[in-house]
Amino acid sequence: MAEKVLMKGNEAIAEAAILAGCRHYFGYPITPQTEIAAYMAKRMPKIDGTFLQAESEVAAINMVIGVAAAGGRVMTSSSSPGISLKSEGISYLAGCDLPALVINVQRGGPGLGGIQPSQSDYFQCVKGGGHGDYRNIVFAPASVQEMADMTVRGFELADKYRMVSMILADGTMGQMMEPVSLDIPEQKKYDKPWAVTGTKMERKHNIVNSLSLIPEELEQQNFDRFAKYAQIEENEVLYEEYMMEDAEVCVVAYGIAARVAKNAIVAARAQGVKVGMIRPITLWPFPKKVLNAAADKVKAFVTVEMSMGQMIEDVELATRCKKPVLLCNRAGGMIPTPEQVLAKINEAGGIN
Amino acid sequence: MTTQILIAGFGGQGVLFAGKLLAYKGMYDGKELSWLPSYGPEMRGGTANCSVIISDTPVGSPIVDKPDVLMVMNLPSLDKYENAVNAGGKIFVDSSFIERKVERSDVDAYYVPATKMAAEAGVPTLANMILLGKLLKETKVLDFEGLEGVFKKIVSAKRADLIDANLKALEIGYNYKD
Repeated sequence: MAEKVLMKGNEAIAEAAILAGCRHYFGYPITPQTEIAAYMAKRMPKIDGTFLQAESEVAAINMVIGVAAAGGRVMTSSSSPGISLKSEGISYLAGCDLPALVINVQRGGPGLGGIQPSQSDYFQCVKGGGHGDYRNIVFAPASVQEMADMTVRGFELADKYRMVSMILADGTMGQMMEPVSLDIPEQKKYDKPWAVTGTKMERKHNIVNSLSLIPEELEQQNFDRFAKYAQIEENEVLYEEYMMEDAEVCVVAYGIAARVAKNAIVAARAQGVKVGMIRPITLWPFPKKVLNAAADKVKAFVTVEMSMGQMIEDVELATRCKKPVLLCNRAGGMIPTPEQVLAKINEAGGIN
Repeated sequence: MTTQILIAGFGGQGVLFAGKLLAYKGMYDGKELSWLPSYGPEMRGGTANCSVIISDTPVGSPIVDKPDVLMVMNLPSLDKYENAVNAGGKIFVDSSFIERKVERSDVDAYYVPATKMAAEAGVPTLANMILLGKLLKETKVLDFEGLEGVFKKIVSAKRADLIDANLKALEIGYNYKD
């Protein structure tokens, strides 16, 4: 076990990416994720990697497409407004079936919004953001350790399934420091026979393209992609269950909101309230099965979100609206307090 | 045992570093911990703060809005956070800049003219370490012993001269009797 180091979440993402074999980073500065770019700028030249500050987010994501098409492990990072700009490129990555890792360290929106932490890009990242039928694998780390671990897993699954992985963090997760172990296991090498690496006159051309003018063929591509997505929904769901054994109220929260919720759950338990939490670690695939099973046992759900209520729709869908789902939220860069969450837990506990 | 610490002052006074030193010491002492800075466009010349939690059990929320320990290096920070401190908590005040006293009677207040003392001791930029020395003495949140080893791990060999100055400032604060 490697000795633990103290790192910001943003730095942990950058170092973990390098340890996972990422040698190409393209970005454009924006608070609160700039430490990722700064770290890459310092490290990449020393390990024969590429750090490039592009002229815009749009340029950066198109550079990502280029490296991904050539078979390299590649990432970009930004915060909310920048992810909007990258969304066209993310849709193209999906249409080309290319693996890449995209980091979103969210800030309050819409528009330029503010720079304080937020979770209001849930719809954007989990439901698509760009045009067309596609999915991203979306991770929601809730500690600096998970920032590192999910970065590694993000690369792994991107290569395995030839698609985009996203880390959906927020300003708090990016800025906070915690001890982290960077004991990264050796990475599996994925063959990429589809990559455009030069034919050496030994094989036919590979073409990476998202344009397909024959609707029958384009439909089939969509069918194939969704068959792959079904496998992912079956095999790649990650979540944490916390004090759920005897829970009558189930909190659902991810990232920093889950950290705050944990404090409230400890306080509620001290008052004798039977409450637990299901914390999605992957937001897509969403932990539907465990939530649906919980709906047969608990009285009510509480989603804690730093948005006007976005994940709540997925909780209602996953549980088939069998039980009431209450929303405990702040928006615009504000973070709920444990007291606010506790009050909502008590409200949910009073439902009969 | 969980101690929630809030350190606040003007940007440039070293409030973030003071928190970082606690975080590093906590890590090397085998504690659970988190460190969270304020961040924003207003930091330079404005106010900065950081939340540090040192605990024997995994840390939940890293946000400290009800500190057990408050260390303030300017008046706006005392005005802003005095009422947030938990009853029975401790407030450490750099009395070089803050002329008023703590108004609460249910907390312990410690006044250290840290900025003045730092200038007199020839380490004018290390008032943060002087106040932190006092904080370590009175809260016992972490052992004072072993700080030198922590500095050696976090300061590069090229800047080793900084280690002695920081340790000196910490000791001045630790030994200060108000």
